[in-house]
Amino acid sequence: MTVPIGMEAGSAVRETAGSGLAAVEGGRETVIIGLEVHCQLNTESKLFCGCSTDYRSDPPNTHVCPTCLGLPGSLPAMNRRAVEYALLVAKALNCRVADEAEFARKNYFYPDLTKGFQITMYNRPLAEGGYLDIEGDGAEKRVRITRIHLEEDPGRLVHMGTPDRPRYSLVDYNRSGIPLIEIVTEPDLRSPKEARRLLNGLRTTLEYLGVFDGDQEGSLRVDANISIRGSERVEVKNISSYRGVEKALTYEITRQRGVLRRGQKVERETRHFVEARGVTTSARSKEQEHDYRYFTEPDLRPLQVRHWVEGIALPELPAARRERFTAQYGISPEHARTLCGELRLAEFFEQMAPCGNPLLAATWVADTLQGELNYREMEIGKVPPARFRELLGMLCRKEVTDKAAVEVLRRMLDQCLKGEEVQSPAQIMEKNMLGKTAGDTFTGIVREVIAECGDAVRDYRAGRGEALNFLVGQVMKRTRGRADPKELTRILREELEPQGT
Amino acid sequence: MVRGETQQDPLNAFITLAEIPPRAPGRLSGITVAVKDNISTRGVETTCGSRILSGYVPPYDAHVVDLIRNEGALIPGKTNMDEFGMGSSTENSGFGPARNPRDPERVTGGSSGGSAAAVASGMARMALGTDTGGSIRCPAAFCGIVGLKPTYGRISRYGLVAYANSLEQIGPMALSVADCSLLMEVISRFDARDATMQDRPYLPRLDGDIRGMRIGVPAEFFGEGVDPAVADRVRKAISVLEGLGAAIVECAMPSMEYALAAYYVTCTSEASSNLARFDGVRYGPASDYKKPWHEAFQEVRMQHFGPEVRRRILIGTFALSAGYYGKYYGKAQVAREHVREDYSRLFQEVDLLAGPTMPTVAWKIGEKSDPLSMYLADILTVPANLAGVPAASVPCGTVQGLPVGLQLTGRAFEDELVMNAAYAYEQGVKA
Amino acid sequence: MVSEEEVLRIAELADIGIGKEELPPFTRDFNAILDYFAVLDRVPPGEGWKAGIANVLREDRVTPSLPQEEVLALAEAAEDGYIRAPRVM
Repeated sequence: MTVPIGMEAGSAVRETAGSGLAAVEGGRETVIIGLEVHCQLNTESKLFCGCSTDYRSDPPNTHVCPTCLGLPGSLPAMNRRAVEYALLVAKALNCRVADEAEFARKNYFYPDLTKGFQITMYNRPLAEGGYLDIEGDGAEKRVRITRIHLEEDPGRLVHMGTPDRPRYSLVDYNRSGIPLIEIVTEPDLRSPKEARRLLNGLRTTLEYLGVFDGDQEGSLRVDANISIRGSERVEVKNISSYRGVEKALTYEITRQRGVLRRGQKVERETRHFVEARGVTTSARSKEQEHDYRYFTEPDLRPLQVRHWVEGIALPELPAARRERFTAQYGISPEHARTLCGELRLAEFFEQMAPCGNPLLAATWVADTLQGELNYREMEIGKVPPARFRELLGMLCRKEVTDKAAVEVLRRMLDQCLKGEEVQSPAQIMEKNMLGKTAGDTFTGIVREVIAECGDAVRDYRAGRGEALNFLVGQVMKRTRGRADPKELTRILREELEPQGT
Repeated sequence: MVRGETQQDPLNAFITLAEIPPRAPGRLSGITVAVKDNISTRGVETTCGSRILSGYVPPYDAHVVDLIRNEGALIPGKTNMDEFGMGSSTENSGFGPARNPRDPERVTGGSSGGSAAAVASGMARMALGTDTGGSIRCPAAFCGIVGLKPTYGRISRYGLVAYANSLEQIGPMALSVADCSLLMEVISRFDARDATMQDRPYLPRLDGDIRGMRIGVPAEFFGEGVDPAVADRVRKAISVLEGLGAAIVECAMPSMEYALAAYYVTCTSEASSNLARFDGVRYGPASDYKKPWHEAFQEVRMQHFGPEVRRRILIGTFALSAGYYGKYYGKAQVAREHVREDYSRLFQEVDLLAGPTMPTVAWKIGEKSDPLSMYLADILTVPANLAGVPAASVPCGTVQGLPVGLQLTGRAFEDELVMNAAYAYEQGVKA
Repeated sequence: MVSEEEVLRIAELADIGIGKEELPPFTRDFNAILDYFAVLDRVPPGEGWKAGIANVLREDRVTPSLPQEEVLALAEAAEDGYIRAPRVM
């Protein structure tokens, strides 16, 4: 949304006056960023009608009714849970809930908008004046939240033709009417990295509250206001991924600096982020007019829900969980931060912690597992906890080497990805000859190598110790690194002992 | 589909003649109830009198349509109206004007002119109309029938194609007060789909006893622009009420000065937003999808909206636009509150207000050519919509052979009292 | 007094086409109506109109959607379950 005229005018200027910061920080001009973050709330039904919100795997235009299609004569009916979810967010972000909030119509015409207006909140938002602490460079940083409000999502447009030769649009209205919460920050962010951290913080908080699922495609969209201190502000719209925010802002800063370096002025305008090319492009003048002719939505009643807030019990939020993790499990603050940075990761860790060695569990979940998941672009939700717990158990009991365990883990994840049933670590080890105790399998390979490398065996027996290393290397090669080198050395020594002595 | 004047429908009272059968027997069994064409009927074209909706067949029924069909009513068709309700004569219909049964050269009044003509000519026993600024009461007065604009929030608007959401209500029209009251009773059942509705169903109380009732007569109701013959007729009707035991109280309603302006600013503003959905994408005559969006959107609206609709969209857009919002829309909402305060103050002293429904009798088709003179005709009906209070028009004789309506206005949710007074008058005149 | 240019600007904002020959009569009517609206300047100050009732909400329950065929049948142009619309790029 666009902040009412008067509220937005010169917010950057006001900030300058208030903070008293020097115009230059760290040797470069200060970058001023504020975000408008839109998140889909995971209610069962849409914001103003009973259509299901579970539309992603269904054909287009199958989750629509007279209301979300904007058929003549239809009326909106407000979803109680959406309001409750928004209040949870407001409380978690330390906002002041309004005595009375109301929906308004934002009038603009676009084919994805079924009524020719979007029902949103304008000058009477649900909550105002909160904050969220994010990880800063060094100490924590407090980012102020300007306001929080509810609004409906428009439908989804597919553009047919090419950018040079556009032909027509196709519209799917399944998304029309999905509840969105919009969170607007003050221009407190100073770098794309901070913007990314704020987004991560918001995502985590909303996920902890159980009102949002950040893994769902298109569940988050961001508009960013960005300026270089002393210059005009540019609004970048249409950023739809976490990485996109950093990319779009980095691009925009470079662009604006370039403009200033050439001695030109940055124009106040709206730009679109083109994710595929990683650039922002100027929006046409039509969309810049911004006269949305807001007025109170006459088909809905106002919300007087401030008193509901007292009855809301917040669940444990990321910061509290981080503290508990370090205290309860004795894990490092870094591990606690990583683990608590994602609700499902934190929950997964807590299922693993009883394995007997929480430090080991933390390392394996936060470092090893996370790394493997990132490599595969896989979600933690897909990992079967029971299997991972078995693996950790074996590690605790030293029944598997670290290296073999990684190999087992990789195979487990590959099985997950393929949709196969995940085998137990023991089964995987057996099948792939990853057994730590080598046993017959490795002994067989060792004997093969001894038989084939007569020269090295002779050298070893002649007292040249380095020949053993060569033999170990040969065996390692043939076991594709699954054997524990120490163990191998022991077996080799045994096998090389002259028989019968 | 044959439209316009036909042998079957010489008054052009209907846009669509279609027998929609009842679903179950009930209090309306054997009764025909015509339905205004801005009320959604599943499977039957619903045009709102606009070319932009020609061919639009809704996939759902309005709540009131469900209610009357479940009570045994047969719907003979969808009645003619000013496009989207924007007019006071039914001349602004995209399908030709309706004609007044009392004099086919004259207008029916509007915007529910088709409903009034259907009832007055006997093509339907009852009808549903809608009233945003007088659209039930005006044609009821012009065609000599009874019409009630219910209290705002008493009838579900689910399925009523919005023109000005905060002002309009669906309401009953019939030859007699008793019929009108029966239809009102049926359609006032609660519907949670309309957030502005309250669960306070209408419970008829027609005993005709108005003894001791205090009836206020604001001087402004007989002010400038009111035809003296009409005023005279209405004063006589008020004296009939006095004769039936009511006490008549002269009073004043100063907010009448700006009520009409507040009304037109509000309804055009809301309309400018409501009518933006007709873009030819999801339903209705298609926009040319090979063109760029804004061009195609403008083209559909230019081709299929009539001039009055486009004029009101322009005015409403202006009244809400940056720089003018405070002067127009904002001011109108303040004015609206003053109108409401006026009513509250008056209703501490009196039980009802009485006056003429319309300042004149029905004019000739084509007689009023400039928009403003048409707007001025609504001066006496719009205050009730601004305040959300119930108001009925009941026939009170004729002037030069043309019907005159007596308007009775009551407190919010006292539609029963309004109808009882209308009943008392109707029976009193008969006796 | 509103000029023809201003009426054109509003028509553009309203996205409602206006023909060249329509502009003078539209502007004339527009001004006559705005002149009448000037009476609002005499409205005494006060609070805006308020509905009074708050918190009208429904429970978060899923109700059936329309069948896709019915939705697509309403639109004149459909393609693979989508509804066709003019290009916006």
